[in-house]
Amino acid sequence: MTALSEPVAFPQDRTCPYHPPAGYDALRADRPISRVSLYDGRPVWLVTGHEEARRLLADPRLSTDRTRPGFPMPSARFAAVRNRTIALLGIDDPEHRAQRRTVIPHFTVKRATALRPGIQRIVDDLLDAMIAQGPPAELVSAFALPVPSMVICTLLGVPYADHEFFEEQSRRLLRGPDASDTQEARELLEQYLGELIDRKRKEPGDGLLDELVHQQLREGTLDRDELISLAVILLIAGHETTANMISLGTFTLLQHPERLAELRADPALLPAAVEELLRMLSIADGLLRLATEDIEVAGTTVRAGDGVAFSTSVINRDEEVYSAPDSLDFHRPVRHHVAFGFGIHQCLGQNLARAELEIALSSLLGRLPTLRLAAEPDTIPFKAGDTIQGMLELPVTW
Amino acid sequence: MHIDIDTDRCIGAGQCALAAPGVFTQDDDGFSTLVPGREDGGGDPMARVAARACPVGAITVSEADD
Repeated sequence: MTALSEPVAFPQDRTCPYHPPAGYDALRADRPISRVSLYDGRPVWLVTGHEEARRLLADPRLSTDRTRPGFPMPSARFAAVRNRTIALLGIDDPEHRAQRRTVIPHFTVKRATALRPGIQRIVDDLLDAMIAQGPPAELVSAFALPVPSMVICTLLGVPYADHEFFEEQSRRLLRGPDASDTQEARELLEQYLGELIDRKRKEPGDGLLDELVHQQLREGTLDRDELISLAVILLIAGHETTANMISLGTFTLLQHPERLAELRADPALLPAAVEELLRMLSIADGLLRLATEDIEVAGTTVRAGDGVAFSTSVINRDEEVYSAPDSLDFHRPVRHHVAFGFGIHQCLGQNLARAELEIALSSLLGRLPTLRLAAEPDTIPFKAGDTIQGMLELPVTW
Repeated sequence: MHIDIDTDRCIGAGQCALAAPGVFTQDDDGFSTLVPGREDGGGDPMARVAARACPVGAITVSEADD
């Protein structure tokens, strides 16, 4: 680390939706750790080295419990809900481990494989409808959002008929614009899922929430509030992230016609292409932690009480690990990106996400060989830097 | 090759089973376990990749005579 003259503001908006913000260039030249400044002027550490990030994300001395005093927040609207415990993502071990145990059997590699035929049917039906109505189409609302939304509804046992309600509340919770949106959306989602859980106690269905209601609630492993909090996070994380990867992944491929042609010519490249898109797009691009003890990092001491941030987009472009890191390359050797995070909080749904992304992207490209953007690329809006990255709209034609 | 899985550490992310499906699988609780008959890794070079992919460092791969 060299001393940057001014702490760089974090997080920043991306300039191009699939590259880290241009404002992070100084940070990329300053690996593995720098000082940055949050929205409220709070200085925190930003980890940018790949090896250091893997080590620190797995370090139990970094807490993810935002209810701890001094926990760094990325924006005013998330600071407004910091007193609410977030299941899984917002709790430390050993409580985290007990909670994660209750859900991991539903997210194994085997389970994701077993879900593939159902995902393929959902994808095929949505493409049938989109093709029957178009061209053109708005890909986020016609395809990228409904695919994961339907998949997570089926998996959890949430009625898809309510999708407009929970998609809208997820949007307000993650993107505001105001702190009151985030607060109210969370309350509405908790109320909705609480009522759904109570209904399931009387009339059991066959989703993951039904199983949790009947096993964990009965055995006392989880109480009602914990179950609601878990349902909120599974529902939001289950559709927002994958929807963004489908929209931004499609945009990125359409902006790289040679890579797109290569993938179309060799479908066996699909899993590698999905991994490379995950690395390059790094849509969850600002993980925050609080140091609970002093930690030595590359000759620097992170003190107890310091905030620590991780930019996955910068970490996943560490030149010591990835050659020509800004290029999309489906032939990279295995290099362990951190797009799903690392350590005990690594994405629970990553195996399901990979299955959805492979099926959604291959089916979309396979069904529409002439798929292209229906607007100038630099006029298509994408999400602000303080939330999950992705396209707000994606006008396409074929 | 000798493979150790620290099941107290394992979080069931399944990255070992994804990287080296010939060596690792997940049990009914979602935790990492060795594929029956492949407890020695079967000489699969992906076993080491799987160990590095583990987000919690629960897998140790060593030579048999260690």
